[in-house]
Amino acid sequence: MTAGVAGLWVVDLREVALGLGDDCLVLSHRLAEWTTHAPELEEEMALANLALDLLGQARSLLTLAGEADGRDEDHLAYWRDDRDFHNLLLVEQPNGDFAVTMTRQLLFSTFQELLYRGMAAGTEPRLAAIAAKGVMEARYHVEHARLWVQRLGGGTEESHRRMCRALDLLWPYTRELFEPTESWSRAADQGAVPPLSSLEEPWRHSIESLLADSDLEIPGFPAWQSGGRLGRHSEHLGHLLAEMQHLHRSHPNASW
Amino acid sequence: MPPTNSDESRDLAFQEAIDADRTVEPRDWMPERYRSTMVRQIAQHAHSEIIGMQPEGNWITRAPSLRRKAILLAKVQDEAGHGLYLYAAAETLGVERRELTELLITGRQKYSSIFNYPTLTWADVGAIGWLVDGAAITNQLALTKTSYGPYARAMVRICREESFHQRQGFELLSELSRGTAAQHEMAQDAVNRWWWPALMMFGPPDTESPNTAQSMAWKIKRVSNDDLRQRFVDMTVPQAQALALDLPDPQLRWNDARDHYDFGPIDWEEFRQVVSGHGACNAQRIAVRRAADEDGAWVREAARAWEGRQSSRTSAA
Ligand SMILES: [Fe+2]
Ligand SMILES: [Fe+2]
Repeated sequence: MTAGVAGLWVVDLREVALGLGDDCLVLSHRLAEWTTHAPELEEEMALANLALDLLGQARSLLTLAGEADGRDEDHLAYWRDDRDFHNLLLVEQPNGDFAVTMTRQLLFSTFQELLYRGMAAGTEPRLAAIAAKGVMEARYHVEHARLWVQRLGGGTEESHRRMCRALDLLWPYTRELFEPTESWSRAADQGAVPPLSSLEEPWRHSIESLLADSDLEIPGFPAWQSGGRLGRHSEHLGHLLAEMQHLHRSHPNASW
Repeated sequence: MPPTNSDESRDLAFQEAIDADRTVEPRDWMPERYRSTMVRQIAQHAHSEIIGMQPEGNWITRAPSLRRKAILLAKVQDEAGHGLYLYAAAETLGVERRELTELLITGRQKYSSIFNYPTLTWADVGAIGWLVDGAAITNQLALTKTSYGPYARAMVRICREESFHQRQGFELLSELSRGTAAQHEMAQDAVNRWWWPALMMFGPPDTESPNTAQSMAWKIKRVSNDDLRQRFVDMTVPQAQALALDLPDPQLRWNDARDHYDFGPIDWEEFRQVVSGHGACNAQRIAVRRAADEDGAWVREAARAWEGRQSSRTSAA
């Protein structure tokens, strides 16, 4: 193994960047699927903003991940199959209704903001730079999701019912957020990224207090799904990638 | 109520102000027909921006590079912004976005019929940017001098973004045209399919355009359909040459005497068919817009209910 900056192994940096980059890429794709289907035009703009921010982060992270073996962002995005994607299961879950989409955003962006805050103060300068920029975007995404969760939770009987269902649907995928891979643990030991266990308490507190305000609560059953970081995905990811990759793969030597 | 002397003198004063190139502002008195014409035109323009998101939105999830995906996402988002901005301009005339949306999804108000053509390949994204946004700019540059102030100002802002879109579309096609044989063929095929519909975007020939005279007198329209079409052709032919792509018109050639390009006859029967609802995508475009509106109703209702509760909480405190 090659040691890189700040004592971080190249292979660990690669895997950390790849996982985070895949989270952004896949969630950006999901948000982009809302295009022309949003509940109002203002939301059309907001969802596109979220998708664009995440796509930008994905590109930086994938570029960093591919540096070691000379693969560029497009190579990583378009030429890997789902077993080689390292994103969280949460972000690949289908959009469902608007309550599902905003709940997914709340659960993920709250996590991402905390993670980026830690990483921005970390010892790996390129990861830190990406995180420093990303944290402002994540903050806005959290604000946006919180506002909608409040509105839907405290809106009408129907919107409240849909919010409860969305929480039940997505809660199982939250355990994985705080399960470090071996690479993550080594990167955390080097101070490049925060230990995931340190994020769980503030994450839970932030979400719990918001839900309490909106007459909602964290589901009583335990979260048990995981495997995305290790390439064991839900059935949904294969379809998402088939759509995303088919044109690029149909013209192997083309540039666009 | 029969017209009175004072109505007539107001009409006259209005026309004089227009003739003196003064813009009409929301609080100014205006003839009812001016108002309704303006509402219809701005609304149809807003609808076009919103419906126009669909053909290109069709390719966001399949964009062949992340850079192109970002450009396309941002472009489609711009179009949503144009729609919002134009609905706001229409609202200065005393209508609401809600009513206008209702008119659109029930088929009682139209949008540019260009968006009833399907986007079959990635190259269509480039052809739309280059030709459709190009035609839109030609139209909208003329509208920056339209007599209704809020509309004219909206056009200034929108034109800036449209010219970005046009350049990006050109650049996309240029990459394809210089790319592999399959990419070049894809680009040529897209141009073949979008060229004639783009020319139709300027509307029927002047000889068959019933609204033109009054619209010209009120300076709602400043340049005639045929003149705008000619401007567009003159601007676009050299760009096609730079792209190394053919325009599908054997009669297209420079005419020294006219100092313009001559071009072949437009198939106005196709135009009439598409405008009257028989294009490839008319039903689909409206169905998508209606479904978004219906599926979003509970979300908007929840937001209103929550807003209401917040403000009653504030006033109780
Ligand atoms: Fe536009
Ligand atoms: Fe545009």
